[in-house]
Amino acid sequence: MKKILNGLAAIGFLLAGTAGAAVAAEEANHAAEPTHFPIHKPKEMDWTFAGPFGTFDKGQLQRGLKIYKEVCSACHSMNLVAFRTLEDLGYSEAQVKAFAAEYEVQDGPNGEGEMFTRKALPGDHFPSPFPNTAAAAAANGGAAPPDFSLIAKARGVERGFPTFVFDIFTMYASNGPDYIHALLTGYDEQPPAGMEIAEGTHYNPFFIAGKSLAMAKPLSDGQVTYEDGSPETVEQYSRDVAAFLMWAAEPHLEARKQTGFAVMIFLVLFAGLVYATKRRVWANVAH
Amino acid sequence: MSGGHSTYSPKTGIGRWIDARMPLPRLVHDSFVSYPVPRNLNYAYTFGGILSIMLVAQILTGVVLAMHYANDTTLAFQSVEKIMRDVNSGWLLRYMHSNGASFFFIAVYIHIMRGLYYGSYKAPRELLWILGCIIYLLMMATGFMGYVLPWGQMSFWGATVITGFFTAIPLVGEWVQQLLLGGFAVDNPTLNRFFALHYLLPFMIAGVVVLHVWALHVTGQTNPTGIEVKSKTDTVAFTPYATIKDGFAMVVFLAVFAYFIFYIPNFLGHPDNYIQADSLKTPAHIVPEWYYLPFYAILRAVTFNIGPIDSKLGGVLAMFGSIAVLFVVPWLDTSKVRSAVYRPWYKLFFWLFVINAIFLGWLGSRPAEGAYVIMSQLATLYYFAFFLVIMPVLGLIEPPRRLPNSITEAVLEKNKGGSAHPAGANAAPETRG
Amino acid sequence: MSATDTSEPNRRDFLYVATGMAGAVGAAAVAWPFIDQMRPDASTLAASSVEVDVSSLTPGMSLTVKWRGKPVFIRNRTPEEIKAAQEVPMADLKDPVARNANISSDAQATDIDRTAGEGKENWLVMVGVCTHLGCVPLGQQGDFGGWFCPCHGSHYDTAGRIRKGPAPENLHIPNFQFLSNTTIRIG
Repeated sequence: MKKILNGLAAIGFLLAGTAGAAVAAEEANHAAEPTHFPIHKPKEMDWTFAGPFGTFDKGQLQRGLKIYKEVCSACHSMNLVAFRTLEDLGYSEAQVKAFAAEYEVQDGPNGEGEMFTRKALPGDHFPSPFPNTAAAAAANGGAAPPDFSLIAKARGVERGFPTFVFDIFTMYASNGPDYIHALLTGYDEQPPAGMEIAEGTHYNPFFIAGKSLAMAKPLSDGQVTYEDGSPETVEQYSRDVAAFLMWAAEPHLEARKQTGFAVMIFLVLFAGLVYATKRRVWANVAH
Repeated sequence: MSGGHSTYSPKTGIGRWIDARMPLPRLVHDSFVSYPVPRNLNYAYTFGGILSIMLVAQILTGVVLAMHYANDTTLAFQSVEKIMRDVNSGWLLRYMHSNGASFFFIAVYIHIMRGLYYGSYKAPRELLWILGCIIYLLMMATGFMGYVLPWGQMSFWGATVITGFFTAIPLVGEWVQQLLLGGFAVDNPTLNRFFALHYLLPFMIAGVVVLHVWALHVTGQTNPTGIEVKSKTDTVAFTPYATIKDGFAMVVFLAVFAYFIFYIPNFLGHPDNYIQADSLKTPAHIVPEWYYLPFYAILRAVTFNIGPIDSKLGGVLAMFGSIAVLFVVPWLDTSKVRSAVYRPWYKLFFWLFVINAIFLGWLGSRPAEGAYVIMSQLATLYYFAFFLVIMPVLGLIEPPRRLPNSITEAVLEKNKGGSAHPAGANAAPETRG
Repeated sequence: MSATDTSEPNRRDFLYVATGMAGAVGAAAVAWPFIDQMRPDASTLAASSVEVDVSSLTPGMSLTVKWRGKPVFIRNRTPEEIKAAQEVPMADLKDPVARNANISSDAQATDIDRTAGEGKENWLVMVGVCTHLGCVPLGQQGDFGGWFCPCHGSHYDTAGRIRKGPAPENLHIPNFQFLSNTTIRIG
């Protein structure tokens, strides 16, 4: 028996050893030829919508919408988001209507059987900048720019062990916005000596799927005018648009957290009551 | 169903009228009220009840989601997002359903581990155990097909990989795969049939659950001592004793479930499934849902040909074998003692098995490269060795600890706070209950 | 069970009742989302108002638009139709109530109260659903030159009022307003 135990212990050590070796191997990627991406993990930011009582900062969402509209929407669609939902950002019905009217959408067929374009109504969704995915790809060197409706939930850098376990308790769920912010602010770093960057792509150590991406640095200081006096910097732009995209991906986040608080309070109190009842029922039974 | 004499006696005239014609209330009373359960069941035994409410919750949320879901490749992804954005409380129902699948599996894994630890599969409960294994298989099929329905990237490529298993079958593999897919690749026919089956299978699960509970009520529960019930003092009535204890465990379980739904609803999911399926672009790193990861690791661990069996077929066989082996566990365990409480060596190997299974799950989430492959192979080896070598051999050579004479004696001994009492001493003068 | 069971009966009963009540409240709260999801969703509600260009409708022409999944008849009535409707004595009406969502619910079904109002008496905007069992009536047919429902034979006059047949009420008039002389917003 003891031999079996010793054998097991040896296997355990072996497993732990190989695991350690694997992790070390992963870390020791050659700087110029990385095989795992992103090269740098995104920095964790403070978001108003994080945590159990998180809410969106409406001013920030409005600024983010401005960035999306003036910069991103030239290439990136957001076709799951309806204009009417912009009322969540603090706009009035009339403002939303005016905002929608700035876009043209296709409708029809009319009485003559023709398709026609008309001003968008609040019930319409954000129109795509390209008529279809093939056109989007053709206009962008073969890679269609991804849709932005869900991008804040569709991107997340793996957290690794044991961080992902701690994330359960810290309620970390900002992988998407953290990544978007990191990517948008990550263009200024220079590639390490010896790294080859494919032509027509741009080095970004925060990019999740390679060392460089087709999109050039999209934001620069002062590019978009803010009316509320917020700093007009790439840092601020990136934060605002990341927050806006989180809203676009998860519009019911606030309702979810508020409902959750009530539910948790109820369940904890109810658990206490049921436990007291259980104690009472079992009081006279040794078990 | 409890096999014993029924104690049900209707008090009202209507009750007697019904009882004489269709004694459903008697069945319920005998099965869930007067049914005797061992008095020493701990909280590990509450997961059966938790699993029943999870099944009900999944069916209910599933039925209402189906009212809004569009079963078509061009609409499926958008219809799920419509549920998340526009349908009243839709986000809640959808997160309940997607996280519910995970929590269903968490509960079933604890339930299975409890069975393995306390030897619940041993005679005369072999059929009870096998019915449980069938439920687990049906759950895996249901979970897999449900994951395809949102039509995200992981849905699509997961379906591609899993149905690809069948191409490993010699001669007819290709044919079987096309039969499953309804085409040459995952597409609209696949989605349609997966939806139909995803709706059907939970009701089949419910049916097998009835058989599972029936079989349970014929033999009665095991208990942490593994000693069969010998006298009335060994048991308590199911209601109120077991119901309230199960109830408390359910509320605690639901609190953890709610925490995930409301605060980290996407923690157990994969970001790529928020990208609509694209049949021309595979994600860099395909992983199944977490509850399949250990089996995925076993699948990938076979990187070598074994005689005439190539590595692909070998991997598929190993993966299916890792589940099939569960069915024969009652005959692999040769020990005369049922519970791990009195089997010091088995206890050790059992916990190693649990750690190993979790480790396999972690390996399943890693890329299949470098040292991970070797680690997967070692962990797979232990997985099979546990069932095929340790279980049979240990039963023959392991000296068990002294067993108490009865459940009641074990309970009283424990409550004395010492295990040093010699057998039979202080036997139960103060038995209450 | 021993005699100790009966100690403190009140406190025990209170505990059981409180636990049971809390459980019932919890179950009811869980039931709500399952019922809530059946109500019209946000996109359906958002489509609950449509704007219609009626500039091409000359007297005697009709237009059918879809509003909340139902047909809405917009008719520019001819002077003859208006005259015919105005001359109907109130006593002949099967349903004396206007059924017009834009005015008070007890208004009489006079011709003016069935239409878009003073100066726009020629405009009739009605939900094209028979008040009997929901079929769509045919225009400019039936005994009164208005609408006729082929399902069970209800006749409506040129103001959409029920005159004969099984339907109990006049055709309903939805909320609408003229945004300009040529644009109507329904809903």
